[in-house]
Amino acid sequence: MSQLVADLVSVENDEGAAPGGRAIPPRSAAQKRRRRKETLSAYAFLSPWLLGLLAIVLGPMLASLYLSFTRYDLIGTPEFIGLDNYVRMLFEDPRFYRTVGVTAMYTLISVPAILIFSLLLAMFLNRGIRFLGIYRALFYLPSLLGGSVAIAVLWLQVFGSEGIFNAVLALVGIDGPSWIGSPSYALLTVIALSVWTFGSTMVIFLAGLRQIPDTYYEAASLDGASKFRQFLSITLPHLTPVIFFNGLLTIVNALQSFTPAYVISGGTGQPADSLLLYTVYLYLRGFVDFQMGYASALAWGLLLALAAITALLFWSTRFWVFYGEDS
Amino acid sequence: MTTTPAARISPDLLEPSGSRGRRRRGGLFMPRRATNSRLLAGWARHAITIAVLVVMLYPVVWMIDASFKPDAQIGSTLLPFQGPFTLENYADGLNPTSTLNFGLYFFNSFVLAILAVIGNVVACTLTGYAFARLNFPFKKTLFAVLMGTLLLPYQVTIVPQYILFNELGWLNTYLPLVVPKFLATDAFFVFLTVQFIRGLPRELDEAARLDGAGDWGIFRRIIVPLLGPAIATTAMFTFIATWNDFLGPRLYLSNTALYTVPQGLVQFVDSTGQSSIGTLFAMATLSITPLVGFFLASQRLLTQGIATTGLK
Repeated sequence: MSQLVADLVSVENDEGAAPGGRAIPPRSAAQKRRRRKETLSAYAFLSPWLLGLLAIVLGPMLASLYLSFTRYDLIGTPEFIGLDNYVRMLFEDPRFYRTVGVTAMYTLISVPAILIFSLLLAMFLNRGIRFLGIYRALFYLPSLLGGSVAIAVLWLQVFGSEGIFNAVLALVGIDGPSWIGSPSYALLTVIALSVWTFGSTMVIFLAGLRQIPDTYYEAASLDGASKFRQFLSITLPHLTPVIFFNGLLTIVNALQSFTPAYVISGGTGQPADSLLLYTVYLYLRGFVDFQMGYASALAWGLLLALAAITALLFWSTRFWVFYGEDS
Repeated sequence: MTTTPAARISPDLLEPSGSRGRRRRGGLFMPRRATNSRLLAGWARHAITIAVLVVMLYPVVWMIDASFKPDAQIGSTLLPFQGPFTLENYADGLNPTSTLNFGLYFFNSFVLAILAVIGNVVACTLTGYAFARLNFPFKKTLFAVLMGTLLLPYQVTIVPQYILFNELGWLNTYLPLVVPKFLATDAFFVFLTVQFIRGLPRELDEAARLDGAGDWGIFRRIIVPLLGPAIATTAMFTFIATWNDFLGPRLYLSNTALYTVPQGLVQFVDSTGQSSIGTLFAMATLSITPLVGFFLASQRLLTQGIATTGLK
């Protein structure tokens, strides 16, 4: 599970390099020729990716940095306006703080909820339960469906005023409001949808739990350690790389979630901007108002925030992530 | 424009299957006897699991059931599988109207998803092979760049990409949604393939090289035939992500003749609201059928794929 982490932390330890590959200078002309040939064919294999990297990833990234200093509505040429977009973002746009607040709330509730819920269920299912394969599969199913418009449309019904959620509440005598129409509850329905897709996270936890050798638990129970003690001293430390991995993944996913909030709010972020996730706001500014410069500034704001969060998380691993005795 | 952002990955698909066995904790020291309390605990465990599952999956089952009911009957009962049964919603939904043509949208979605799958599989295996097996200058740097793009939020490139594709005259074509796949921009799948190839024995390559095979020959004859699981994982997750993608088509396709299913569903909600909810649910149900079908057909591969890759 920690391969991604290891690769991200130290790409220098790229094991793909042949032993002694580039360290030893080529000795003979034949070796030189062979190396040149290998380089040529490597770049031939890489050419689609390199082209994509330049034309569709890095190029647009730089272009978006430049555009963030301009005013541009797709017609004519971008007009350079210095830091105006960023000034507007930070000091003149109340909706910017609204969208940051909504996104932060969404992330701060859904990410811990997903992590805790999926870890508890994974531990619950890990104790040699029968039909594990079937259960695991069924828990995973919503993860496949969660990002689809079909489920967002279903959510509109479930949490509408005439929806089945209220029908269930009516059984116990509660007269529920239209949850998606209420500024106080609408975001919770979208959070519920994201927590509903916890299965993929749970499956990763399950795989992580299985990597912990049984012998540790056997030794611990021989020493008389309680189940809770075993959880604290064996399960949790061994699972920290997986918790880190899942945490990073869930945060990145949360910050990029678009479809559910868009569909449930009818493409507006309403009611009262309570569903104005950052992605939705960026979409509205960029592709409804065609404020390409301002949308680019918003995008760079997100990139900086995400970079800061990621860096902080990676930095924090030294204090809490346990990579095993051997490393 | 992936609906699933690109941060995920992990260890090798080649984890020895022995370590995947079910754990019987404490089994060695405490032989299990089926005492009454233990049996009860086992049943309780299943009961709790099933209860959670029922709550989770109930809305979907309810929707599928509602799609087979006349509009007037929907919402009359919370218990599924009661009352009249009709296929009318499906007939209504698939019947083209002046504003909606779901038959066409399903066709479009399939074409788009298949093209994306081909693009990703071809481009990501080519790139993955170079990173996993070949040596070349700037390899470490480029690999670091690849890993960096994994965590890059798509929002950062979305505006200039739109401008670029607009300049190229690609609006209202599938090119903006398909060409990036052929250029291996889904870094995640490249990484998945690299990891997988790293796990294949190098002896095979070397034997082929001694027999005079070049890099292309080794890739074509040795690596690709062994890449089955990695290709299947790439293909399946690409299909699902493309099938579910809403933002990409929303940006680039405004001509209704090119619409995909998610666009059709949103259009349906916008134009009819809640007035013909049965038809809406019929089309929504139909739209998740390929996903559920995929899921059932390859349940093992999927859940193992996710466990090893972390992809949603």
